[in-house]
Amino acid sequence: MTYLAKPRLLTADAPRNALGYTRRDYEGAISTLCAGCGHDSISAAIVQACFDLDIEPHRVAKLSGIGCSSKTPDYFLGNSHGFNSVHGRMPSVLTGAALANRNLIYLGVSGDGDSASIGIGQFAHAMRRGVNMTYIVENNGVYGLTKGQFSATADKGSKSKRGVVNSDSPIDLVTLALQLGASYVGRSFSGDKEQLVPLIKGALRHNGPAFIDVISPCVTFNNHAGSTKSYDYVREHNEAVNRVEVILPRDKIETSYPPGSLRRVVQHDGSILHLRKLAEDYDPSDRIGAINYLQGRQALGEIVTGLLYVDSSALDMHSHLNTVEKPLNQLGDAYLCPGSKVLEALNTSLR
Amino acid sequence: MSAAQAIQSINDFVVKFANVNGSGSASANELFARAIIRMGVPVAPRNIFPSNIQGLPTWYEVRVTGEGWLGARGGCDMMVAMNPQTWDRDVAAIDPGGYLFYDCTKPMPRSKFRDDITVLGVPLTAMCNAEYSDARQRQLFKNVMYVGALVALLDIDFEATEKLIADRYRGKDKLIDANINALRLGYDYAKKHLPCPIGLRVERSDKVGDWIFIDGNSACGLGAVYGGATVAGWYPITPSTSVIEAFASYCRKYRTDPDNGHARYAIVQAEDELASIGMVIGAAWNGARSFTATSGPGISLMQEFFGLAYFAEIPAVIFDVQRGSPSTGMPTRTQQSDLLACAYASHGDTRHVLLFPEDPYECFTLGAQAFDLADRLQTPVFVLLDLDIGMNERLCKPFDWDDERRYDRGKLMTYEDLEAGKNFGRYLDVDGDGIPYRTIPATHPTKGAYFTRGTTRNAYAKYSETGADYIYNMERLRRKFDTAKDLVPSPIVQKSSQPTRIGAIYYGSTGPAMAEAHALLEADGVHIDIMRVRAFPFCDEVMQFIADHDFVFVVEQNESAQLRTLLINEGEIDPKRLVRVLHYDGSPITARFIATRITEAASERKISPIRKVAP
Repeated sequence: MTYLAKPRLLTADAPRNALGYTRRDYEGAISTLCAGCGHDSISAAIVQACFDLDIEPHRVAKLSGIGCSSKTPDYFLGNSHGFNSVHGRMPSVLTGAALANRNLIYLGVSGDGDSASIGIGQFAHAMRRGVNMTYIVENNGVYGLTKGQFSATADKGSKSKRGVVNSDSPIDLVTLALQLGASYVGRSFSGDKEQLVPLIKGALRHNGPAFIDVISPCVTFNNHAGSTKSYDYVREHNEAVNRVEVILPRDKIETSYPPGSLRRVVQHDGSILHLRKLAEDYDPSDRIGAINYLQGRQALGEIVTGLLYVDSSALDMHSHLNTVEKPLNQLGDAYLCPGSKVLEALNTSLR
Repeated sequence: MSAAQAIQSINDFVVKFANVNGSGSASANELFARAIIRMGVPVAPRNIFPSNIQGLPTWYEVRVTGEGWLGARGGCDMMVAMNPQTWDRDVAAIDPGGYLFYDCTKPMPRSKFRDDITVLGVPLTAMCNAEYSDARQRQLFKNVMYVGALVALLDIDFEATEKLIADRYRGKDKLIDANINALRLGYDYAKKHLPCPIGLRVERSDKVGDWIFIDGNSACGLGAVYGGATVAGWYPITPSTSVIEAFASYCRKYRTDPDNGHARYAIVQAEDELASIGMVIGAAWNGARSFTATSGPGISLMQEFFGLAYFAEIPAVIFDVQRGSPSTGMPTRTQQSDLLACAYASHGDTRHVLLFPEDPYECFTLGAQAFDLADRLQTPVFVLLDLDIGMNERLCKPFDWDDERRYDRGKLMTYEDLEAGKNFGRYLDVDGDGIPYRTIPATHPTKGAYFTRGTTRNAYAKYSETGADYIYNMERLRRKFDTAKDLVPSPIVQKSSQPTRIGAIYYGSTGPAMAEAHALLEADGVHIDIMRVRAFPFCDEVMQFIADHDFVFVVEQNESAQLRTLLINEGEIDPKRLVRVLHYDGSPITARFIATRITEAASERKISPIRKVAP
């Protein structure tokens, strides 16, 4: 239960990061999700990513909408401010928060119902605006809290637990994000921590809208034969185009790959993404190519994963708005109020 | 008709301009109004415009009011009929003995005129065609030309008008010369061919003083700048759009970093009203003063978020420029019909703080104050104006600001507080006023973080479905709302010259018409005390005022008597004691309307006073 504090058992030899924090310092309340829920693996991956990147927890603002996935921000980063907002509207709340303070890390957590059904409008427009954020959709194709209805990402022809076949076309959030201007787009699987953690790390260090679609099976309502979001189905159809490694400026680069198999992307903040190619002909800097590739593979029933697109030169919303470097929420009265003299001059001009 | 029958009036008449939307008449008409103000004579102009960009009829009504009555008067003493489409109804609208000014380039059949009015023709089109070769110039200068003719006809100071043009186009000398030339052409023609001045005349006065002339929406935008707003999320909707446009324009001027040109503000046009209020709430949660501006349909769309902000206790400021409703309603007409939708916005047990500015001056002061109140009370604050205030330029007191004033950021738990070990419960009532302390994200590395939710929680912001925790919260929110009573602006009372048991309550744009009606009624021997409420929750004074009178007229601009409902509900008032005076056809309420209704109702009441009926 979330109101139960997590027991703080700590072994003396627990590894600490550069800030002196252990992984436990990045955890939150105990999850109330079903045992085996993919979402809990994603929470763990977020904890690992923040620990690895030496992120100060209080510098993260975690926001969500409504649904199983949107409950999860309570279960990680207990020292971060969190905001469980209204259904489908996390993107606007996050956008506002990001406007108020450009210096924090914004982590939006949402689900397929929250982002693709009720919230598709806000999802789309936050991407368009270039909000500097990491936006994770924990995608299981069903509504969990209301017990198993299809969401808008459910594949046409996939079967519900009760045997109903979905007749509606699915929305692919990855393709949408690519079309709408997200500058870091990935897809992963909650069961593949090796792939997911570095993808999240790269997103957290990315400047601009970073979107990760994480297929996260619902063990209770969508993990049966006939579902295309079950553990078994995703494992069988997962086609990773690359593997990512995030290298921070402080890290020594020791990895060595055969020539031609590695792509190196330097992000805005100096972090380096090493992309080890798995699909020979996949180019993650080609937005249109990425869309075509995804569509082609999707038609074959495959689930393409990896870092699908990255534009390290992307500008974010604050660049577009030309806002001051100091966060708006820290500007004092003197910077904001023009004062009485200005008002007198204005009065004169209005006579 | 004989000249004796023609209306004779100095500094007290209504001139109405009938134009085609998009013909550039607005700036010429405004020039006319300002010229009279420059003579020290108050005017109250109003746009009557369609939901259209070009082609449909539009009117501009200027009430010249030496007494300074700024409400709409009704009637029309002089029609400047520049729109052939509406000719017949415009001619019909002139009061008997009034004046018709028109473009007499093309001869019109006698049947198109009336016998009981004075007809004043100027061949504007012919004069423009002779003077200008460019079509757009012909159109624009025709407008200035008729202003020139009116200057002559109404005995307006030509030099003052010239100077006004020079002030307006300062630095653009070519424009000054061209406009003054057109003004002169119209003026000279009228002087030469028409009986100047006519019975309606403007005489220099000193009634304007240091007052300024501005629209309410601009004043709201300026209030937001002075109130320290840094984030605006918005979606275009008539008649509120110009609030944001003004905010943007003032910010460019006053909030641009002089060193590097960076903006000390962020304005985002959202995809809809849901997103605009979402942004406002996100920014306010993160410690920036933020606001949106909208109208009725936007208020409807924002309902769920209002409930979240109420329960999560997030400051947010909403300017609602009310228009004709329900549904799409009449976007370019005025009403006060969002009162209940705002007061109890959202599902569940919510109640919100509302402020009711009367004019641009109060749009500025209450607009700025709204941000202090929102931070102090940690709740959404609605500034309810309407199209009549928002989109018409209005004479009002000059804006003032005390440089010693500091923003009240409310109860913020700081890094130092947390370091000192202060007990932080996000929803804990520490001071007994219902207002808890809050932390802004990133306040402290290990203390003060909390999880904000719209669902049930305990005083420490932990998830809880326990009944006792829920009740604690709701009772505290109720206490907080009571605290608001002492913080919001108090009502303004104007007593009758004689003791009376009759009162009237009104708010917002009804103000100027009510003030005038009050004087009319006094002159007729109908004595009432009047109270302008300026905020919800209602201060105790409001309920005391009702208690002190046998019956109280509630004068408002909607069909369902929303202010009356709110008073009855909040004050547990006997409904029989609150008498409806309702105006809701989309036009601004007038003193004549109010005075007539109150006179009728008051005389009925005298026959059967409510006190005798009640046991």
